[in-house]
Amino acid sequence: MKKLLKKLSETYGPSGREDRIRDVITGELQGFCDEIFTDKMGNLIAVKKGTAAKIMVAAHMDEIGVIVTYIDKKGFLRFSNVGGVSPYILLGQRVRFENGTVGTVGMEKIKDSKEISLEKLYLDIGAKDREEAERFVKVGDIAVYDREAVFANNRMIGKAMDDRCGCAVLIRALQELGQTDNEIYAVFTTQEEVGLRGARTSSYHLNPDIGLAIDVTTVGDTPKAEKMAVALGKGAAIKVKDASVISHPKIKALLTELAERNDIPYQFEVLTAGGTDAGAIHLTREGIPSGVISVPCRYVHTPGEMIDLADAANACRLLKAFLETPHSELQQIYSCSAL
Amino acid sequence: MDVEKFLTAISEAAGISGYEFPVAQLIKAEMSKHADEMREDTLGNVVIYKRGGGEDRQRILIAAHMDEIGLMVTKIERGGFLRFTTVGGIDLRTIVGQEVIVFGKEKIPGILGAKAPHITSSEERSKPYPSEDLYIDLALPEDDVKRIVSVGDLVMISRKAVKLHGKRIAGKAMDDRAGVAVLLSCLQELSRLEHTADLYAVATVQEEVGIRGATTATYGIVPDIGIAVDVTHGEMPGVDEHRTSCLGKGPAIAVGPNIHPRVGQELIRIAKEYNIPHQLEAAPGPTGTDARAIQVSRDGIATGLVSVPLRYMHTSVELLDLEDIKMAGRLLAYFVAAVNREFVEELKCYC
Amino acid sequence: MLLLKLSEADGVSGNEGKVRALLKEELASATDDIWTDTLGNLFARKGKGKKPRVMVAAHMDEVGLMVVGYEKSGLLKVTKVGSVDDRVLVSKPVLVGEKCLPGVIGAKAIHLQKPGERRNILEIENLYVDIGATSKEEAAELVNIGDYVAFAAKPHEIGNNCLAGKAFDDRAGCAVVAELLKEDFPLELTAVFMVQEEVGLRGSLVAAHAVHPDFALVIEGTTANDVAGVKDTGYVTKLGCGPAITIMDSSFITQKKVLNLLVNTAEKHGIPYQIRQLTTAGTDAGAISRAHEGIPAAVLSVPCRYIHSPASIINLDDYKNTLRLAKAFLVAIAEGGLSFEETAEKIK
Repeated sequence: MKKLLKKLSETYGPSGREDRIRDVITGELQGFCDEIFTDKMGNLIAVKKGTAAKIMVAAHMDEIGVIVTYIDKKGFLRFSNVGGVSPYILLGQRVRFENGTVGTVGMEKIKDSKEISLEKLYLDIGAKDREEAERFVKVGDIAVYDREAVFANNRMIGKAMDDRCGCAVLIRALQELGQTDNEIYAVFTTQEEVGLRGARTSSYHLNPDIGLAIDVTTVGDTPKAEKMAVALGKGAAIKVKDASVISHPKIKALLTELAERNDIPYQFEVLTAGGTDAGAIHLTREGIPSGVISVPCRYVHTPGEMIDLADAANACRLLKAFLETPHSELQQIYSCSAL
Repeated sequence: MDVEKFLTAISEAAGISGYEFPVAQLIKAEMSKHADEMREDTLGNVVIYKRGGGEDRQRILIAAHMDEIGLMVTKIERGGFLRFTTVGGIDLRTIVGQEVIVFGKEKIPGILGAKAPHITSSEERSKPYPSEDLYIDLALPEDDVKRIVSVGDLVMISRKAVKLHGKRIAGKAMDDRAGVAVLLSCLQELSRLEHTADLYAVATVQEEVGIRGATTATYGIVPDIGIAVDVTHGEMPGVDEHRTSCLGKGPAIAVGPNIHPRVGQELIRIAKEYNIPHQLEAAPGPTGTDARAIQVSRDGIATGLVSVPLRYMHTSVELLDLEDIKMAGRLLAYFVAAVNREFVEELKCYC
Repeated sequence: MLLLKLSEADGVSGNEGKVRALLKEELASATDDIWTDTLGNLFARKGKGKKPRVMVAAHMDEVGLMVVGYEKSGLLKVTKVGSVDDRVLVSKPVLVGEKCLPGVIGAKAIHLQKPGERRNILEIENLYVDIGATSKEEAAELVNIGDYVAFAAKPHEIGNNCLAGKAFDDRAGCAVVAELLKEDFPLELTAVFMVQEEVGLRGSLVAAHAVHPDFALVIEGTTANDVAGVKDTGYVTKLGCGPAITIMDSSFITQKKVLNLLVNTAEKHGIPYQIRQLTTAGTDAGAISRAHEGIPAAVLSVPCRYIHSPASIINLDDYKNTLRLAKAFLVAIAEGGLSFEETAEKIK
């Protein structure tokens, strides 16, 4: 898991430009699924055939970034955000483009730190003028944080743990999956950070019986954090609600029971802001019962996102247990009751 | 069952978004008396089907959401006090000092604590309670709280419906149990009428958290016409009269981009023909009701919106006039009875 | 010129009938495969059965106002339909309701305002539409609650090869799409003139679901901000610099292969183009691309100064070049410039 997660974290793949990360994930899945393909929105879909319940598991492979909007005469690059990027976090960061070009984030002179906004920031890629800059970067190119993933005790710090951590959990679960008749669609979704877009079209396409998202969640265990119960190292988080979805009560109950039965440490998550792929999946077509397994993550949307590897491992165990659940048990979740 | 009795019962029942089953039970029990078929879909929408008498039957969806706003536990603090977040839009100023029910492993009562004025400074009292400082007190030792309550458990404001002077009634969750009562009233009226069209009366889920139930219900039913029944703001001092409707003067029929012009016109025509008191409501964009989702389902659905005027929306003392519910029910029943093939065919004809 | 007629017609979101009628008449000779849907979207198709299936789309609606009530004096209270800046409303002529009754938007005269008041924005709550009615009853005879109010503005030429008028967003796009339908391309082309873009991309959502094309090209009007006091980093687009290509906005990200084909096509044919600098605001492409299992799309925009106001400006060369690039792009698609292989077919 460690090595895999480091590799995924460091790979380039902002929303809408997920080609590289898709290639890396495809490589990891060779031999562990019956079919693998890319759809029209760029989602990577790995299929494990089966005859029982059709389960879609989504982990988004895109990450936040910055997009170049203007290159000035002196070769400085103006940009705006792709997904939730804070100007305060960006300040002083190093970013990297798909072709390897690296830039540092500079700021216009300001009087008051409250004035910091994306409009006051720019990228400096070391070009002496516009012409030279345009040899490396074009308007519309997207850069991501340039950051090596490192270990700190049993924890990992790096960029894009949101949601490469979810991708790693899903890849491992597929690799280690036991016997099951369920048909499993592992979907590595695109454009989650800009509005759950890949999950929406892929779930429409696949029309599964059950949807599950694997994503990170924010925590309440840091100084002056929001008052929420989720803590790093306390196990996989079973989502109850966020701004995009209220987990299906039966899926929440099944996940809880599986965690209890298999001695998997878990915690309940109620997230007041933010959403995840399950938000799009559960509203697809006539409605798809959906839930979420989250990995607790500190400092979300910064280059220093921190997760606990034990949480990731527990999320993976819980996911496997869910995927291996007998058909009869899963059927109770998605069968419509005629009364 | 009498509409007032039904409304009182469903107003008092629990049904916070995503967890509508308690109120759904009551609705199913009563509505089934009028149904040819009934089903519950995967998200929990309750669909009551009433077959029309024609050969070539048009399909009409009438939706009212049965979910209500509420609270959800986010953390159990030392001492057993509960922190919470809102499910749906709640003005936190209205919940201080309320009695609540926490749905843990068992139902337990609690209080939304408020510091006594004696120990607050005048400066503190001049501002609302900071939302992050609010908590629920169960008056139980921490260990007991932890045994009974988990993060993610729901909390509902405890409130009996109050019958007021005349035809007025106040209580929690009238938004949109009033609409569900309209469905019942419509079904009752319809039993006396002939109608060729099929009716799908749906009590939808999760409207308060983003109009979710209507999205999937409409996709599944594929109606020719979809009408949402919801509540709208009643007139009161300090609010621009042009943005509100009057209590007791009949349902508000919406017009605007969210509404198919012919459906809006037909509702108005029916109201006039049968002397049903009604008012007009101008909706300049997608409304904050199930109509928003219904209209853009699949290839597009001809949509209408009928609302019951109501004061103090999203509080536990939502107030309305029962006569408006009956009038709305009658309006919809006559509308359903009037729909025929010709009317439906013209809905796609913009000449 | 079609564009002039389209610009002048009133068609606030939800009330696009006049624009729809103009387009229907214009396209009657190009194809007889024309229909409308429940929301009022207008569809016109050519080359049925050919591959690939391409949808070209523009929205018919414009921002405006809606009547919500009457004052005792016969003045009309209104609210906004779509995003209108309160500050551009005052002292403009308007047309009210189906009968297009003329009216003006009035506010308290400056003489009657206290010095402090003059510094405040004249918000819509303090503005009234005056149609000359002398009482509430008279107003109610003439106008219904829910009637639409549109800016009244006749388009005309201005300056160097420019047009001034209202609603170029997106009547310029409608005109381009109408012209495209008159041409013959070796593909199935469905032109869609959509309703209710300005109130939340609603027409396009259902239109894309119905048409389910392999690809969609959206023609829009977008902000040009190359004016006094704005730094070149804040331009969005510039007037006279060609059609604007969207790479990203708040609703949509253009796929790389689509972007490359668009840019290469422009360069191959020597058609000027610019990249839209702003990455916020949404277009119908956002809704279309999310329909079904996902529909690849592109957005081409005619730059327009003072968008969403009764007096906006476009450059006629930009308009013509948008049409040229759209044509060349459709040809490039027909020649196989984009692959639409259905990897999806593998799934049973």
